[in-house]
Amino acid sequence: MRISNGRLFFRISLISSAIALLAGLPFLVSKAQSPQSAPTGSPAAQQPGAPISTPPYPTIPPPQPQRTALNIVVLDPAHGGTDPGARGAQGIRESDLLLDLTFQVRRALEAQGFQVLQTRSGNENPSFDDRSTLANAQRGAVFVTLHISSTGLPGTVRVYTMPDAFASVATGGVIGWDHAQAPYVTLSRRFGDAVQGQLAQRFKGSPNNSQSASIRQLRTTAAPAIAVELASVSVQDRAGLDRMMPGVGDAIARGIADFRPSYVLPGEAGARP
Amino acid sequence: MSGNWRTWVVVGLGIAVVSAAIYFPILRRRVKTAGKIAEPSEEQARRELTQAITQNASDPVVKVKMFWTSSEDESALAPVTIQLALSKDAALRAKQVINTLLAGPVDSDLRTLPPDAALLAFYLLPDGTAVADFSEALATSTPSGIQSEQLAVDSIARTLEANVPPVKRLKILIHGQELDTLAGHVDLTQLFVVDTKAAQQGTVSLEMPVKVAVPAVSSANVSPTLPAKR
Repeated sequence: MRISNGRLFFRISLISSAIALLAGLPFLVSKAQSPQSAPTGSPAAQQPGAPISTPPYPTIPPPQPQRTALNIVVLDPAHGGTDPGARGAQGIRESDLLLDLTFQVRRALEAQGFQVLQTRSGNENPSFDDRSTLANAQRGAVFVTLHISSTGLPGTVRVYTMPDAFASVATGGVIGWDHAQAPYVTLSRRFGDAVQGQLAQRFKGSPNNSQSASIRQLRTTAAPAIAVELASVSVQDRAGLDRMMPGVGDAIARGIADFRPSYVLPGEAGARP
Repeated sequence: MSGNWRTWVVVGLGIAVVSAAIYFPILRRRVKTAGKIAEPSEEQARRELTQAITQNASDPVVKVKMFWTSSEDESALAPVTIQLALSKDAALRAKQVINTLLAGPVDSDLRTLPPDAALLAFYLLPDGTAVADFSEALATSTPSGIQSEQLAVDSIARTLEANVPPVKRLKILIHGQELDTLAGHVDLTQLFVVDTKAAQQGTVSLEMPVKVAVPAVSSANVSPTLPAKR
């Protein structure tokens, strides 16, 4: 009797399970057919024909693109070799002074932890393109070309970047070498303003913002690039310029450090036009 | 008798030496002055010739804005309004204002272009691209430096913008050649924006619209416009 009751109980359980399975089958089938259904409450969940938006399996977010960090500064003491640059009445040569200025800027930058490269270290005169090539071969670099003018209010320093209109030549497609600076014009302006802001605090009479100028050296440089020009070789002796150099170096290093968070290369995530 | 003769010879020679000592510096000064008058530089000769071509008595006298260095800020330009007889033809008008710019302001310290520079030729293409060909002095006598070179170029561009509306872009040549830079810094291989309003609206770019073929330059060869070659 116990056995027959057990069998009966087994059969009833089997039949109940089969009925439950059959009753639940349409629901399971419908679930299986709409695996992309949106979460409850979303508009897509209320519309059967809504487009598939998410996979049925847990998704792993794509890795965030790595932003290139600014850690290299390419310093360009302009002129050199047979090109002395600006010449003062007292025999002061721009190309000679620039090596001393570069030394001061380099020291300040290395103290801030930047790696520094120079386009020239002696009295040679690389071409404009050779100088740009050094900067264009780096990743995570900015370019600073250093100058001393033959005119201007002595004791002041100005920062120049390419004019905004130069950016208009980069209208999609491959950027030619001659227009390498075009995608960086906006970034260079921000960079220039950061450095000029620091210089204006130290050297009275210097402008607060960077200026625009069509500078040959900047045009072929594919990196945020500025020209820094001290005034001037027209001073009676070079002592005044020598006294300016450590302050200029420190201001440039601080300006680059200020600019560091804004360093997002064109084409990278977070880049602004 | 022989003693007297010797004395007269010595006295005569002495007088000749004293006369020569007095006359020689005067002669030297005269030669120098005559040399200056007789030998104007090649650039001055070109400039006089170019100016003579562009001056026309029938041109109406109008107010023009010239951009020279500001008397208050040597790093900036300031407009100076003067009255000038200007042609109605855009290319001739441009030559006239550039020659006036080269002549400089009353205060020579405020000039932006070297005094010995000359405009050799000026062309205006139908698309508004102007080609200004200057003598070598523009490159050799402009003070080397970003500020001074940019002021020189800006003074030309701003003066054209204010007085010759058809000019949209400017190409600067030196003695018929394209130089890399003006005096080591400012890029002469590119066009300069003249019509800044149009540039802001995006209707004027710095792209060279056509390949400009400029003929061999001669100051006597005044060709106001060139046909566009595509």
